Amino acid sequence: MKALFFDRSQPATGGWQRGAQTGKALAVHAVLLTYTVIALFPILLVLINSLKSRKAIFRDPLGLPSLDTLNLGGFEQVLLRSDFGLYACNSLVVTILAVGLVLLLGAMAAWALTEYRFRGNLLLAFLFAMGIMIPIRLGTVSILNLMVQLHLVNTLTALVLVYIAQGLPLAVYILSEFIRTIPKELKEAARCDGISEYKIFFAVILPLLRPAMATVAVFTMIPIWNDLWFPLILAPGEESRTITLGVQQFVGQYVTDWNAVLSSLTLAIVPVLVLYLIFSRQLIRGLTAGAVK
Amino acid sequence: MAKVQLKNLQKRFNDVKVLHGIDLDIQHGEFVVLVGESGCGKSTLLRLLAGLEEISDGELLIDDVVVNHQPPAKRGIAMVFQSYALYPHMSVFKNMAFGLKIAGASKADMQKKVEEAARKLKIDHLLHRLPRELSGGQRQRVAIGRAIVRDPKVFLFDEPLSNLDASLRVQTRVELGKLHQELGATIVYVTHDQVEAMTLGDKIVVMNGGRIEQCGAPLSLYHHPKTLFVAQFIGSPKMNVLAGQVQQASATGVSVMLECGVLAEVAVDGSQLQSGDPVSLGIRPEHLSLGTELPTCFAGEVTLTEELGEATYVYTSNGAGQDLVLKVDGHEEIAVHSQIRFGFKAGMAHLFDKDGMALPRLLKS
Repeated sequence: MKALFFDRSQPATGGWQRGAQTGKALAVHAVLLTYTVIALFPILLVLINSLKSRKAIFRDPLGLPSLDTLNLGGFEQVLLRSDFGLYACNSLVVTILAVGLVLLLGAMAAWALTEYRFRGNLLLAFLFAMGIMIPIRLGTVSILNLMVQLHLVNTLTALVLVYIAQGLPLAVYILSEFIRTIPKELKEAARCDGISEYKIFFAVILPLLRPAMATVAVFTMIPIWNDLWFPLILAPGEESRTITLGVQQFVGQYVTDWNAVLSSLTLAIVPVLVLYLIFSRQLIRGLTAGAVK
Repeated sequence: MAKVQLKNLQKRFNDVKVLHGIDLDIQHGEFVVLVGESGCGKSTLLRLLAGLEEISDGELLIDDVVVNHQPPAKRGIAMVFQSYALYPHMSVFKNMAFGLKIAGASKADMQKKVEEAARKLKIDHLLHRLPRELSGGQRQRVAIGRAIVRDPKVFLFDEPLSNLDASLRVQTRVELGKLHQELGATIVYVTHDQVEAMTLGDKIVVMNGGRIEQCGAPLSLYHHPKTLFVAQFIGSPKMNVLAGQVQQASATGVSVMLECGVLAEVAVDGSQLQSGDPVSLGIRPEHLSLGTELPTCFAGEVTLTEELGEATYVYTSNGAGQDLVLKVDGHEEIAVHSQIRFGFKAGMAHLFDKDGMALPRLLKS
């Protein structure tokens, strides 16, 4: 794969043309910058307000924390007087397990669906496509019933299972598309080398899927980390709460501890940011360069 | 080293028949080249040998064992692909050792074999690089090295030089020839380049439309093509073909009235022919020479010359369907649009009947 996205050697023929180029670049950057600001603004708001006293939050929500208004009470409340560690741990376990299994199962399913011809191949592919189109939340009642019968309510297993089902269709779709771009000679060379089909998948195909898997990981991870719906329904117990659910204890019917809410949200950003950085490092293009000419 | 036998090998894709029963015997250590135009089934045949495609009918034997249903690795073959197909995430060493590792070879054994093959191919200084850091020629060597270390009974090459630039292609071609002599391996080689076929092959198999058109030593194909297709396929620029009618035929020679109005004398056994039969006369560019004293003589206007230094290709036309190419000495000075006269000796031409089958030539030895 020759990724030459950035290699647009423009002929520098005239000044007006260069001017137009600059103008275009400016416009693009302006749009992107605006979007970035809009997207980051709420997060910034959470960050600065988590460091302010309760009164300051209401008096001047947009103001930066000053010496007078600086207050770390929220963090104290969250870290010392709640089970934040447990919630964060639950969230991490659920997210990592679910993402890991989605990647593994998704890659295997995608490989089987694209590489082998078997009865029901098309039907399976169709069912996965349906999974992308129909939101899993429509099946919440049935899922809850199922989990009750399996005695999985209030366990992290329930969440992991549901999230795998939620993430798998898109993973299979993206990875199948990517697997199709891997030259078939590679698999054939491996077969001539006497490598078993399993080994071909794990030793030849999987390493080449890394960029696509990183994309899938990011797409899968964020909704799982942020989900409130399934933890609330399937695992609201004290022991199995995830971070998003844990934050809710500070939101009361009459009083909301805004300091604690904002502090825990701030802290909740950190792990997912770290995970994102890990995956995005894998988003390297041109990994197959040199395989075939 | 092994001998390979193909008995009535057939391949169908759904209802489309691609190979119509191929019979071929390949001896120990023989270098067999499959040539033909694209889509003639030569690559498919190679993939059948490799085990990458299922054989629809017929038998394939390697060392007298039927291997129709054996997977590629069990057949003892190694294949070198046109696109090299190196594992992009593995170093050159790992690429070459991968098959051995899977087969359970010891580390010392692996090291020894890979280094030996690398030395043979002069890539021993590249063992720790990744494929993307290599040039096309180096990648090709790694692909060949990967085949060598497995010590296969039969090497299969699928147009291995097509992706290289011209000078590298010539160089690699020479090295492949040397390698074959050194290894003494049985090789089946697919190419569409007839120079590669002529220079490398002990035996050339010319394929056309899923059938073997002719099979034999390079020079026998050149001198005694069985069909018009083979005659035109072997040789560059390709053989000139002129349509005509038999005027007089005997076992010692045939005279043909060509459509361009020239009476040609051809030294072939014409005892099968009747006068009036339509025939095609074939004459290679290198067998046409300038002059007026020859038994068969043409006149034409030069439309183009290609000067290669050692020789010049002259394209001529007489405006009446007679377009001929001749190869003359590089010292001759021939101007475009000039009128020239040229011809051939009776023993140099080929004659084909209306079905494109060659008549036996009467060559003086």
